[in-house]
Formats: sequence, C-alpha cells, structure tokens
Amino acid sequence: MAADGGMGHATKRREDVRFLMGLGKYCDDHTPAKTSYCAFARSNVANGKINSIDTVAAAGMPGVLAVFTGEDFAEVGGNPAGWLINSRDGEPMKEPKRPVLAYGKVRHVGDAYAAVIAETLEQAMDAVEAIEADIDELDAVVKMADALANDKTLVHDEIGTNQCFDWGWIEDNRAATDAAIKAAPHVTTLELVNNRLVPNAMEPRCSIGEYEPGTGDYKLTTTSQNPHLTRLLISAFVLGIPENKLTVHSPDVGGGFGSKIYHYGEEALVLAAAKKLNRPVKWTSTRTEAFLSDAHGRDHVTKIELACEKDGTFIAFRTETMANVGAYLSNFSTVTPTFLHGTLMAGNYTVPNVYVNVKAVFTNTAPVDAYRGAGRPEASFSLERVIDKAARELGINPIELRRKNFIKPDQYPFASAAGLEYDSGNYDALMDALEKRANLDGFEARCAESKKNGKLRGLGINSYVEACGIAPSNLVGILGARVGLYDAATVRVNATGNISVMVGAHSHGQGHETAFPQIVADMLGIDPLSIDIVHGDTSKIPFGMGTYGSRSLAVCGSAVFRATEKIIKKATLIAAHMLEDEPENVDFTDGDFAVKGTNKKVSFGEVALKAYIPHDFPIEFIEPGLEETAFYDPANFTYPSGAYGCEVEVDPETGKVDICAMVAIDDFGNVVNPMIVTGQVQGGLAQGIGQALLEHGIYDENGQLLSGSFMDYAMPRADDLPNFVVDHSNATPCTHNPIGAKGCGEAGAIGSPPTVVNAVIDALQRGGYDVEHIDMPVSPARVWAAMNA
Amino acid sequence: MPTISMNVNGTSVSAEVENRTVLAAALRENLGMTGTHIGCDTSQCGACVVHVNGKAVKSCTIFAVEADGAEVSTIEGQADADGSLNVIQQAFQDHHGLQCGFCTPGMIMTAAALLEENPKPTEAEIRDHLEGNICRCTGYQGIVNAIMAASGQNSAIAAE
Repeated sequence: MAADGGMGHATKRREDVRFLMGLGKYCDDHTPAKTSYCAFARSNVANGKINSIDTVAAAGMPGVLAVFTGEDFAEVGGNPAGWLINSRDGEPMKEPKRPVLAYGKVRHVGDAYAAVIAETLEQAMDAVEAIEADIDELDAVVKMADALANDKTLVHDEIGTNQCFDWGWIEDNRAATDAAIKAAPHVTTLELVNNRLVPNAMEPRCSIGEYEPGTGDYKLTTTSQNPHLTRLLISAFVLGIPENKLTVHSPDVGGGFGSKIYHYGEEALVLAAAKKLNRPVKWTSTRTEAFLSDAHGRDHVTKIELACEKDGTFIAFRTETMANVGAYLSNFSTVTPTFLHGTLMAGNYTVPNVYVNVKAVFTNTAPVDAYRGAGRPEASFSLERVIDKAARELGINPIELRRKNFIKPDQYPFASAAGLEYDSGNYDALMDALEKRANLDGFEARCAESKKNGKLRGLGINSYVEACGIAPSNLVGILGARVGLYDAATVRVNATGNISVMVGAHSHGQGHETAFPQIVADMLGIDPLSIDIVHGDTSKIPFGMGTYGSRSLAVCGSAVFRATEKIIKKATLIAAHMLEDEPENVDFTDGDFAVKGTNKKVSFGEVALKAYIPHDFPIEFIEPGLEETAFYDPANFTYPSGAYGCEVEVDPETGKVDICAMVAIDDFGNVVNPMIVTGQVQGGLAQGIGQALLEHGIYDENGQLLSGSFMDYAMPRADDLPNFVVDHSNATPCTHNPIGAKGCGEAGAIGSPPTVVNAVIDALQRGGYDVEHIDMPVSPARVWAAMNA
Repeated sequence: MPTISMNVNGTSVSAEVENRTVLAAALRENLGMTGTHIGCDTSQCGACVVHVNGKAVKSCTIFAVEADGAEVSTIEGQADADGSLNVIQQAFQDHHGLQCGFCTPGMIMTAAALLEENPKPTEAEIRDHLEGNICRCTGYQGIVNAIMAASGQNSAIAAE
C-alpha cells in the first residue's frame, strides 16, 4: 500500500468539494460584462438547397445586434478532418469543406445556417423564428447501403459520390486472408449493426467569444477536451486568428466522452461575432441542439467471418464494414473507423490472418466521430460476438475457445496480425480471475433458480484488448495523422516550496487535479496538497493534445513524471552546491537531499527557496529558478485488456432483459488512484450497457432524428443498472512509459456490449430458442420478436 | 416584467423576471447562483433539482413567478453552518459519487429529499428514487453507495 496521497492510494478527490458546494465554474457559469447571446437557425430538413435566407425582419427585432448567415463565412476555411485516410487504391479520401454555417445546402437536420446575436437569449431565440429561409427539401440519403448505391442523391455534390474512402487493413494481407478462409475447415459468419449513439455529456456544449480591440486578442471560453487542438484548428484552418492572439479556455467541463474533442462551427461563430460587435457573445446548446448537432458515435454495419480449425484454433478474421461519417467529416471521424478499429481486429488472439475493409459513407445525418472507446468497441463487439457464435457451432465452451487462442504471457512483445505490437498482458490470468469473481461454478444453480421463477438465465463472456494512450507521433504520422500525439507538462516549484503543474491534458470528470499530484508527491516525497494542477487554459499551459483515447495518465502523466525527474535533477545540483559536495554524492529520498554516508542534508523546500534567492549561485553552472517542462511522446500505444462476464435474466413474456451480475476484470497496468480507476470502469460499463440494451440514435427515412430528446433516447438510469464487480488488481505494467500505466477510461464501454449481448443470446439458446443474434439495443421488443419469429 | 421575492437558502431576494422565465434560469441568470445546472429541455435530467417549500422540484418545470413568496433551497445552501460539507455531500466525496460534477447538485438535492422522507432506504429504493436524475459519468454505483452511507447503512458492494 502506498503512502497516503502517493501513487496507488485511493485519495479522495479534491475537486469534489467545489462541485459538491455548487461552486464549480462551468462554461455557462461564465458571463463576462456586456455579454450578448447567440441562437442558431437550424435546418429542419435532412437535405435541402438554400435558395435564400431573408434576415431583414430578424435584424429589426428588439434587442437584435447582428444576424449571420453562411455567406458571411464563405471565404474562411473549413473545419478539417484530423487524419488523412487513403483508399485501397491509393486515392486520398474525399474531404468536402465543412463550413462555419451551412452555405448553399443544408445537409442534416440541425445543420446551422444562420445565427442571431441579441441582448438577451430570449430576444435571440425570438429573432431566429423571424428568419425567412427559402430551402427546397431534397431527397435525403440516410441508410449507408442506399448512400453507396446512389450516385444521384449526394450529400456533397462536388465530390460526386457518397463514399468518403474504401480502406483496407492490411491490404497486403488481403489475398492470404481470403485464401485462408477459403481453405478453412470451419467458417462462422455474422452480420451485425453497431448502433448509433448520442454521447450526451450532461453539460451541453457552450462557447463564449471575447475580443479586446486594444490588443487584438481573442478569447474563447468553451467546453473542450483539448483547448490547444481547438485553438490550432481555429487558427490554422478556420478563422486564421494568429495562435498568439487567441486564448482558448476550457474551464470546468461536465463530461465529454469524445463529443467535446472536436472543434465545432459555433466556436468560430462566437469569436467572429465578438469581434464584429466588440461584445462578448455567448452560446449555450439546448439538449435538443446537442442531439442534433453534437458528433454522434459508432454506427457501423458489419459482416465478420471467423475461420478456424475443427478444434477451434483461429485461422483468420475477415471484416467488411460500412461506417457512417454523417454529413460532414468531424475531426477524428476518419481515424475512428479505420486505425482505431481495424488494428484491433486480431483481438487477444494468436490468429495469423486478419483483413479489414471499411467503407466510410456520407449520409444526411449528424456527423459521427469518436465516442468513448472510438472504434475499439466496434472491433470488440464484432470479434467477441462471432467467437461466441463459433463456439456454439463447434460445440466448444466459449471460455475454452478464447483460452485456446489467447496470446500467452511469454509471447510478449507480440506482433498481432492486425499490425500492432502488444507490449504486455496476461489474458489467462484475467479469465481465471473472472471465473472466480463471477462465481461461475454456481451458474448452473442460478440458472435453475431463474427457471423456477419463469425466467431464462444466460451467461455472457468477453475478452478484450484495446489500444489507447494515443500516441506515438512517428507512428500516427505514418498512419495519416495531421497532428502529433505527445503531451506536455510544466512543473513549477515556487520559491516557498509549493508547486503548480501545468498540464496539456484536460480534466472533465477524470480527477486529474487529484491523481496528477499523487505522481509528483510520490516522486518528491512532499504533501500532495502542496501541489496544484493547472489545466484547460492555453495561456497558462504548455502545448498539449488534451484528453481522449484514455491517454491522460499514460501520456500526460508520463510528461508530468519526466518533468518531475528534471526538477529532481536540477534540485540535486542546487542541493550539492548548498551541501558543498558533488551532485553524484547527493541522494534524494523522502523529500531530503543528503550527502551519501553523512548526516548533511537539505530539504526540498530549502532547495526551492535557494533556487529563487541565488545570492551565491555559481551561475555559470546553475541557472536560477526551479521550473521544468517535458514533452512526452510514447514509443507505442498502451494495451489494456480484460475479461468480462455478465449474467442476465430474460423475461420470456415480455422480452425484457435484466442484468443480474456484471463483472469487469481489467489489466490497466499500474494504477495511480484505484478509486478513480474503479469509477472510470463503472461509468464505462453504464455506457456499454446503455449501448447494449437501451440507447439508439435512430433516424427515419427522411433523416429526422426520432430519438432526439431524453424522452425518446433511453439514457441508462440508476434502476437500469446493477452493482458492478470491478477488479483491476491483475496488472501487467506497460513496458514503455515511466508510470507503467495503460489507460482505463474507455475499457468499460469497450468490454461490456458484447458481454451483455452474448449473455442474452446464451439465455435464449439455453431456453430452447434458436436465436443467433439480436442487434443492439437489445430492447424488449427485439428480444420478444426474435423469440417469436 | 414581474418582480418576485423568494427566500433562497435563508436569504430574502427579489428579481425581475419574464413570465416565461423558469426558476432554474432565474436562479442562474437573475441571482447569479450557478450551482443549479440545466442539462436538458424536457425535465428529464434532474440537474436542476432544488427544494421549493421543502419539496424536491425540477426547477426547469416551474416558472419563477410561481415561486414568488416561496422558501427555496439550492446546492449553495447545503453545507453545514461552519462551511464544511454536510453528511450527504461528504458521503458523495467519500464514495466517489461524482466525476464531472454537472449532475451532482441535482443528485444531492434529490438524495436529501429522499432521506427526508425515507431515512433508511434500501438500495432498490434509492435506485428507484434516482429515476429522474441522469448521470452519464458514474454508472450510479458511487451515488448509490454514497446515499446508503449518508443514511448510515453499508452498501453490500461499497467496498469494491
């Protein structure tokens, strides 16, 4: 057990106090003097030609300060996709311009085509109603298969197709995989849908633009997971505001789950409007706008084949996927269905052949991008569903089938057939722990008990490996990233010995303000409460890439570690000077610098003070001050893994599924704060169970979002979920970062959907129903229909 | 515009509001009390729960003018007299009952109302009572554990 407050300690979160007292300062809680308010006119058709937009009446409404349309931004740049993906034939992806406001055409319901700025929000909303938009509704393409088959109805006329790219991974393995499947003694095939989800962070997006005419400085206060990335996109691609004239501040943020990674047009609009009006301009999304305009998640249609020997040895996985990107390419939309999905299609297994084909498709729907897990839940769902089906066809226990094909602990580093090099893991140990923690020995008895109560009980098993802590710039550069994926930290030791740590990662629920000081405190042997984290403000922090892909600890935490190492190195120099000895004779332990073999020592606090009062410094050797920055660029992704188990009861009368038990055994490598990690898993499980049983972003054939509010979109509620068993004690540390951490933010959402669906199918099969698959969400209606087909 | 008077967390306040202004907006915009959050527009999420005359109310479902003359308590008034966290707030910190903190004010106010009417709720009763409050971060387990603890009970699985 670690010392109180150090690495490995379940330190209570310091940030909780302000949130519990109502003293958090979220974006919408900021209202600068003379704030004006922005409301958007949004398309109510999925595809439409804009003939004209008459804003005269709106501009004359009480309190209205300005009205903007797409024409006002026709000359500025588009909001780009962050990754360039090439098709199998080498053609670059199609990348139509994503404007600040729709111009010429509207392309999905909720696409903003005009904005009103007024003295009050109510006045702005009233004036939006007075905008006369002459928009011809056109046929919409909503389903991906229709969009690909159709070259008449196009989301973007100028690209002549609805296909963004046709990607193969790894293209050189295609022929070998095809041949292996053709020759295989057994092939299991499954067609499935990974349902569209709406992220629904509880805090809706909000952006406030400010402009200082005296200096030409802009400030954007916004709900962002990565303020520097947002600044870069606005500066380098969209508005061209010099980076040194734009501060992006992301204050307390009420959850993100991916949806707040991206730059959105509303951010550019409030900045441009603030300059034009010389007033702060604030926009706060309604929940309806969030449903219609936040980037959605998942939405794949997949056919997967698993070829194996009669004894269950895996020979090949082949996947064909259509991935919906919606109406515009959001910033991570092209990497999510490709590299974050295809590279995981070997799973935890020694399978020698893997080939993945992904066609990305434009449709007249909201953009689709990374949502908690981002590509990896899609991979895990396809793999673990088809493995379960194969187990049934081969008559092999699903746990044994997985174990038979697991990569073994002595095989690391392991080069997977999908192109990744896994650094560490022990999948059998996780499965052992699952069997124990889930008390699988007692399952048959519980099954019998359920049967007595008229219920069908089922057991679902899953094992996953994911790639997170994204990561290494040299690798992602080869794969098409237009940015690097390092992170950065500055450790500033103040003269009085307390410390500010400026980090590139952003905390919007992850507890960085508590966990990052645990790392520094552990290394320096000082009280963690004397260490504060500064994050979210580009004017205060070094250039970091933000929080997503479970990267905060593995990447930014490692930067904190490296910067602290530099602090120790410099402080040792200062201490040696103070102790009148050589630096190599000075040891640093428990917060004191001491000359080896003597009782001569100085404390860390004394060294800090000396650093800033360097009256007697040998300045040719030691600079004053004690502040160090590290940019950390990892050598690889990190590879968390897990074994999950779920027991369900199905009510055969209604088709309703109840989750009786959910056990998550994860390997996250070394853990800094186990309480926070457990909380991350629990939250991920809720979102994964939500996907499996409840949530569905569903459009009708005209492109109207049918599940566009919390009345229609089934968010998991407290009484939908069980108590979870979470165990991350079976750790194999990451071998390539200094903390040994792997990343835990997405695991629950990756591992749970196939576990739940496997359990439902198992329940039905045990109950005598010949049901091989039900698409998510596995709602009562769908289960009942499958049972009564 | 009508002027309303309320007693909020023991202090008399008044505000000029439009007829269409909901109580949540009046608290946030007119009174600058931004602890009460607005997370939806269909009275589903519960981030805006406050107590009006002792009853838990989603403050987006009541017009500010309807609260004229009422006793209102909000998250800002929940701490103990010495400024420290009250029992429920402390239990939320102890049991990791919050992550991003956005739903938290509504959760605390809802939990307070539950324990007022049912001082020893079962876990199922807690989950049922939280039906009107959505949390996207925690999976609710930390919240349920916190409310169990605040009522002096141990959750079966709180030690996990």
